[in-house]
Amino acid sequence: MSTPATTIFSPALAARFDKLVTLYPVRRSALVPMLLYSQDEVGYISDAVVEEIAVRIGITPLDVRNVLSYYSMLRTKPVGKYNVQVCTNISCMLKDGYGILDHCKQRLGIGHKEVTPDGLFSLEEVECIGACCWAPAVQINYDFYDDLTPEKMDKVLEDYRAGRGKETL
Amino acid sequence: MADVTFTVDGKKLTAPAGTLLIDACRKAGIEIPAFCYYPGLSLQAACRMCVVRLEKVPKLQTACTTPVAEGMVVTTESDEIKQSRKAILELLLGNHPLDCPVCDAGGECELQDMTFKYGAAESKYVEIKQHREEQQWSPVVFFDRPRCILCYRCVRVCGEGMDVWALGVQNRGVSSVISPNGEDHLDCEECGMCIDICPVGALTSGTYRYKTRPWEMNHVATVCTHCGDGCKTTLGVRSVDDGSEIIRGDNRDKSGMNGDFLCIKGRYAFDFTTREDRITKPLVRQPNGQLAEVSWEQALEHAGMKLREIRDTRGGSAIGVIGSTRTTNEEAYLLQKFARTVLNTNNIDHHRTADYASFAAALQGKAGRTASLRDFLTAPAILLLGNDATEQHPALAWNIRSNVRQNRARLYVANHADIKLHRQAKSFLQIPQDGYAALVQYLAGNEAGFDGTEISAAFREALRKEESLVIAFGSEFRGRDIQSLVDFGLGLPNVKFAALGDYANSRGAADMGLMPDLLPGYVPLAAAKHFGEEYPSLPSAPGLDMLQMFDAAEAGNLGALYVVGSNPVERYGIDPTALKNTFLIVQDMFMTETAAVADVIFPAANLYEKSGTVTNTYGDLQLAKKAADKAGVRTDFELIVRLADKMGADPKKLVPFGRGVRADMGQTRGAQSGEADRHAVWLAANNLEPKLSPFDPFAVFDEIQRLVPSYNVSRFELLGGQDKQTRSDLVQIELDPARRDLVLPANDTLFTSGTLGRYSRMLHSVMESRTTKPAETAAD
Amino acid sequence: MPRLVSHPDEVKIISRRFGQGAAEIDRYIELDGYKAAQAAIEKGPEWIIAEMKASGLRGRGGAGFPTGMKWSFVPKQSEKPKYVLVNGDESEPGTCKDHLIFLHDPHAVIEGTLIAGLAIGAKMGFIYLRGEYRYLLKIMEKAVADAYAKGFLGKNIFGSGIDFEVVTQTGAGAYEVGEESALMESLEGKRGVPRIKPPFPAVVGLYGGPTVINNAETIATAPHILLMGGEAYAKVGTERNGGTRLFGISGHVERPGVYELPMGFNLKRAIYEVAGGIPGGKKLKAVVPGGSSTPVLLPEEIDVGLDFDQMAKAGTMLGSGGVVVIDESVCMVEFALRTIKFYQHESCGWCIPCREGTDWLKKSITRLHAGGAVDKDIDNIRYLAENMMGRTFCPLGDAAAMPTIGFVKKFRHEFEEHLNGKGCPYEHQREAVLV
Ligand SMILES: Cc1cc2nc3c(=O)[nH]c(=O)nc-3n(C[C@H](O)[C@H](O)[C@H](O)COP(=O)(O)O)c2cc1C
Ligand code: SF4
Ligand code: FES
Repeated sequence: MSTPATTIFSPALAARFDKLVTLYPVRRSALVPMLLYSQDEVGYISDAVVEEIAVRIGITPLDVRNVLSYYSMLRTKPVGKYNVQVCTNISCMLKDGYGILDHCKQRLGIGHKEVTPDGLFSLEEVECIGACCWAPAVQINYDFYDDLTPEKMDKVLEDYRAGRGKETL
Repeated sequence: MADVTFTVDGKKLTAPAGTLLIDACRKAGIEIPAFCYYPGLSLQAACRMCVVRLEKVPKLQTACTTPVAEGMVVTTESDEIKQSRKAILELLLGNHPLDCPVCDAGGECELQDMTFKYGAAESKYVEIKQHREEQQWSPVVFFDRPRCILCYRCVRVCGEGMDVWALGVQNRGVSSVISPNGEDHLDCEECGMCIDICPVGALTSGTYRYKTRPWEMNHVATVCTHCGDGCKTTLGVRSVDDGSEIIRGDNRDKSGMNGDFLCIKGRYAFDFTTREDRITKPLVRQPNGQLAEVSWEQALEHAGMKLREIRDTRGGSAIGVIGSTRTTNEEAYLLQKFARTVLNTNNIDHHRTADYASFAAALQGKAGRTASLRDFLTAPAILLLGNDATEQHPALAWNIRSNVRQNRARLYVANHADIKLHRQAKSFLQIPQDGYAALVQYLAGNEAGFDGTEISAAFREALRKEESLVIAFGSEFRGRDIQSLVDFGLGLPNVKFAALGDYANSRGAADMGLMPDLLPGYVPLAAAKHFGEEYPSLPSAPGLDMLQMFDAAEAGNLGALYVVGSNPVERYGIDPTALKNTFLIVQDMFMTETAAVADVIFPAANLYEKSGTVTNTYGDLQLAKKAADKAGVRTDFELIVRLADKMGADPKKLVPFGRGVRADMGQTRGAQSGEADRHAVWLAANNLEPKLSPFDPFAVFDEIQRLVPSYNVSRFELLGGQDKQTRSDLVQIELDPARRDLVLPANDTLFTSGTLGRYSRMLHSVMESRTTKPAETAAD
Repeated sequence: MPRLVSHPDEVKIISRRFGQGAAEIDRYIELDGYKAAQAAIEKGPEWIIAEMKASGLRGRGGAGFPTGMKWSFVPKQSEKPKYVLVNGDESEPGTCKDHLIFLHDPHAVIEGTLIAGLAIGAKMGFIYLRGEYRYLLKIMEKAVADAYAKGFLGKNIFGSGIDFEVVTQTGAGAYEVGEESALMESLEGKRGVPRIKPPFPAVVGLYGGPTVINNAETIATAPHILLMGGEAYAKVGTERNGGTRLFGISGHVERPGVYELPMGFNLKRAIYEVAGGIPGGKKLKAVVPGGSSTPVLLPEEIDVGLDFDQMAKAGTMLGSGGVVVIDESVCMVEFALRTIKFYQHESCGWCIPCREGTDWLKKSITRLHAGGAVDKDIDNIRYLAENMMGRTFCPLGDAAAMPTIGFVKKFRHEFEEHLNGKGCPYEHQREAVLV
C-alpha cells in the first residue's frame, strides 16, 4: 500500500490518484475510478496499469484483474481514439437503433468491437446508456448524441474525423 | 449461545442460537444438498441448492445462510423444493460437458450424486455447448473450465483457508471463470486444496488424472511420511505388477487432526515409492569394490556374520547404529533394543531436529501440558516462537489460520524473519536471530539483554493477560532455553507447549531412545531398572553420539556402522572416506550418498508400505497402515529381526510375539485354503491383532506400552484410527547438563523433504516450474 | 443535450428547476435551494423522518419501499460510522430520469444527501453515478465543490457545528451494480456481486456501517418534501403513493420525454395525451410500463393508474418509471430477445439460476427468433423463466424472468409464428419493403 517510486501515469493523474485514495474510509474504494481514469489516459488497462494500481491500493494484481474484468467499460486492449457506442436496447431498438448501428458499420467499415485501420474509430453495440427518451442514442467516448438519424450520425462522425468532436474526459 | 428449539420436517431439534440451519439439519441427520456451502469457509448462497421452506416466509430460503431461531418451522423436502433443486441441476447440466465416463471425479462427483437424487431424466438443453480447452496451471493443477459449476470453494479455500489468494473470479455472468494469479499459471503453495475441495472434476490433479476410476482403488487411512505434523491421509492404491501403487492422497473424510488439509507433500509426494531406481535387491560389495546383487539369504548371512564377528572380537563399542526419523516407533524401538541387547552397544543416535529430551525434562511430572496439533484449532490464544510454520509445519499453520478465522483466536508471533503467519497475528515481534533466549527472559520480566520497545512491551502485556495459551516453539530453542521457556509458561494460568521438530517420526525416534544416553521414554541408562527383564545385558555407559561415531570411524575405532533409513553422509556433510575402515550396512530405498559407500545394502520399505505407530512432533500417537507394496523390499522391522537371527540372537527375546491374550484366541485353524485369511479377517473385525509372527510390530508395541508409560494410551482408540496424545507427566529424566547439542534442523521448505524429497519427481517439477516463472509470490 | 418536454398535466415538483440554470449554486439558492437543509438542521432528525413518513414517498429506484420508514430503520447508536449512499447507477433499460436530475438540478441531490445524513446521523455521503455518465459526474463534482466553498458541506456546515462530507463516485459499466448491496461492493472497490441479506444495509452497509441507500430521484425529492411539507406532498399522489414522480416515456410516442406526473396518473392518458400518442397512425401493441424488467401490458390493460399498488394489481410493476411504448410494427419475440440479451449480459454470474438461466433463455429465444425452434421450445422457455423466479440470489434473476414469462404468456401466438423454420414474419415484411 504505497505510492510507487516511479509511475507510468502523467504527473497530474498520479497526483489525482494520490488524493483519490485518501477520500474514502478504505483505499480500495478508489479502485474502480482509478481503473477508469487510467484507461482514459493510457487508452486501455495494460499490465503495467494493473501492476501499478495494485501497488497503489495494496492488493494483488489478480485482485485488480478480478475487479476490472467485471466492468464492461473497462478493457484490456486498445480501442479507437473515438469509441462509438451504439445503444440497441429496447427504447433505442424501437427507434431504429439497429439501423444506426448498421449505418455506423457501413460508414466506418468495421463491426462490433473492431477498430478502423487508422485507429481513429472503434465501434461497439452497447446496452442501455440512459438516454431512452431521446432515442436512438450513441455515446462517443463519454459524449452523448441523441435523436439520431443516419444523416445526423454522419455529421457527428465527420466532426470527430475533422477533430471538432466533443471530448469530455 | 443459548439453545433454541425449532422444527424440521416435523422433528423437534435443538441447537445453539445462531447455528446455520444447514449445519443444524446435517447434525440431526437431515441432509440438505449444497454445492457452494462448505463448513468453515465464508457463505456464498450462490448455488441455491440448499433451499428450504420456512413457515410464513414467502420465498424459499437458503439453509446455508439462515440461522436457526426459536420456534422456526422448516420443511426441507417437498415437491416445490425438489423442483427447485431439479431446475438448478438442469441449468447446471445444460452447459456441462457430461464427460463423466472419462472425468476424474466420475463416481465421486457431487454433481453426479445430486443429479441422481434430484435430477431430470431428460435433457431439455439443445443449444450448442461451449467447449474450452483444458488448462494446466501448474505441474499438479489442471483446470477444465466447462466442468466448473462456479461454487467458489476453490477460491475460498485458497484465500481464506490457505491465505494464498492465488485464485480469483474473472469476467461476469456466464463468462465468469475461475482464474489463477499468474494469468495462465498458478503461483502458489501447490497444496492442492482447490482440487480436493472441488465438488466436480473442474480442478484435477496432475498426479492422479486419467489414472484410474475411483472405485478401482483401495483406500487406506494412514499417516503422511513427510514433516513432523503427521497429517492423517487416506491413500488411494491400486494393484500393479510389482505390488500396489499409491495414486492419490487426501483426507476428504476430515478424520484426523488436519481436517481436510494436506500440503503439497502429503497430497502428492508419494511418487518416490514407484521410482524405477528404487533398490529392490540386496547388494553386497564384492572384493573388486563393486556392489553386486545377491540373494537375501546371502546378504543377511554376510551382514550378520560380520556384525557378530566385530562384536565378538572388538566388543559392542566398536559398532555404531544410526536410526531413522521416518520409521515407525516399533522399528525405532526395535533398532535400539537390537543395538543394546544384541550388538551390546549404546552407540546409537539419529538425526535430531529438535531437542525433545530437554523438552521432556522440562515437562516431567507435569500433566496435561503438551499441546496436541488439535489444540491449535481451538486454543483461544497461541504463541509461536521461531519456526516458519507455513513452510515447515503446514498443518500447524493451517490449524492456526483456521482458528484465527473461525474462532478469532489471538495469535502472537515472535520471529527473526517476517514469516507469513505474521498476517494472522494479532501481535508480531521481530527479534534478532539469536534473540530467542533473551526474549523468553524478557517475557518473564527480566529486561536485561533484550531491547524492549513499545511493541514488545505491548506484546508481553497482552500475553500475560491470556487465560489459556498454547506455545509452539521451533528448534531455535534447545537445552536450557527450553527449560526457561517452560518455566515462564508455567507461570501463566493455563499453558500448553509444543516443540516443533521435522520429519514424520523425529519425535518417535527420540521417544523410543535412539540416543546414546537415553533409553526409550528418556530413561537415563543409570535408571534402567525396569528394563532389566527385556534388556538383560544392557551396557551401562552412554555410547557415542552421531558425530562421535564418525570421529571414531575416522580414527579407525568403529568396526561397523548400521544405518537404518538415514543419510548422515549427506545430512551431516561427512567425508565418506572416513568410513573406509568401517563395515557399513545401510537399509534404504535409494542409493543415497550414505548407501553409495555401504558394504551391504538392504532394500527397505517406506512408511506407506508398513504398519505400526508414529508420533508427531506434538506427541500425538497415530496408527500407520500399510497401503502400498513393492516387490523386493522389506520393512526395517523385518530386516532388524532377520539380522538378529543371523547373529544368533533369539528373535523371541527381541520381539515378544506369540504372547498375550489378544494373540491366541484358540481358533481352530482349518487346513482348507483361505482359512488362515479368514482367521485374520475375523481378528481384524474384532479389533484384535494376530501377533503370531516375529515381524508383527504390535508385539513390540506391547512392550513399548509396558516400558514407556507415556505411550500407554487406549489401544482400542488407536487401532480405531484415532490420534492419542502421549503423556509428558509420566517421563522420568535426569539430564546431564553438559549434554551435547546435536540438533540439526532440516530446514525443509514446503517443497523439500530431506533426502526423501529429492526422490519425488513431482516436488522437483513443482520447484522447477517455480524458478522458471519467478512471478512475485501471490501470498505476500 | 437531452430535450426537455412539458405538458399541462404535469405537476412539477422535482423537475421544477429543470432548465432554470440551477446547476449553478447561486441560481439554485435563488430557487429556494438549501433552505430545506437549513430547516432540517434546525428541526432535527425526528422532524425530518416524520415529514418523510407523512409524505408517503416511496423509493424511486424500482422497489418502491417507503423512504421515511427506511431512514427510521437506521439504529441511532452505532459503533461504526453511518453513511448515505445515493444510487445514480440508472441502468434499467427505458430509464433516463436521474440523468436529467444530475444535469439540471445537481444541488438537489446534494441537499437531499445532506438531509438524509442529518436524519440518520451520518457524517458522510456518497453519490454514485454510472460510469457512462461522465459529463454528469463533472457537473456533480463541480456542484459538490461549490457547496463546499459555500460552507454547505465539510466542517461545521451552515455554521451549525455539524460536519458532513460528500464524495462522488463513478461506476464502470455494470447494471447489477444498481442493486443496493452490489453497489456497496462496487463502492468498496470490488466486483459488483450482491451481498447476503440479512443483514440489511440499514444495519450493516458500506464499510460495515449502517447505511441508507436511495435512488437519486428519491434523494432529490427530500428537499422538496421538507419545503412543502410531507402532507402536502402526499396529497398530490394517491393513497400510500405520495407525490409525483418522473416518468420517462420512450419508444413509439409522438413526444417521448421525461414527464413529472402525480402518482396514480392514468397510464393510457400518459401515453395518448401527455406523450401525444402513437405516431404515424399506427396501432399500439404493448407497453412495458416501468423499465425493461416489468411485465408487459397489452393495449387493453393500460387503463390503469401509475402507482405501485395499482400496477401490482394489474400484474406488473411501476418499477423505475420508464414507460416503453411499442407499436404494431414490432416483433415481440425480437423485443423479448433484446430484453433477455440485456439480462444475460448483465447477470453478475454469482448464482446458478440467473447465470445459466439468462444464458439458456438468450440462446433459446435467439434460435426461436431465427426459426430454429419447435413447439416445445416455447414451453421450455417458460419453464426456465418460471424456475428462475424467486430462486435467484438477488432480484436480477426475477427481472430477467418476469418479462420473459409475460412475453410468452401474452404473445404466445407471435412465438408460435416463428416456429418450424418460418423465422420472423416482421423481418420478411421488412425485406419485402427493401426489395
Ligand atoms: C438488478 C438491480 C438493479 C438495480 N438498479 C438500480 C438503479 O440503477 N438505480 C436505482 O436507483 N436502483 C436500482 N435498483 C434498486 C436498488 O437495489 C435499491 O432498491 C434502490 O436504490 C433503493 O432506493 P429507493 O428506495 O430510493 O428506490 C436495482 C435493483 C436491482 C435488483
Ligand atoms: S440473480 Fe444471481 S447471478 Fe443474477 S445478478 Fe443476482 S446474484 Fe448475480
Ligand atoms: S434503451 Fe438506449 S438508452 Fe436506454
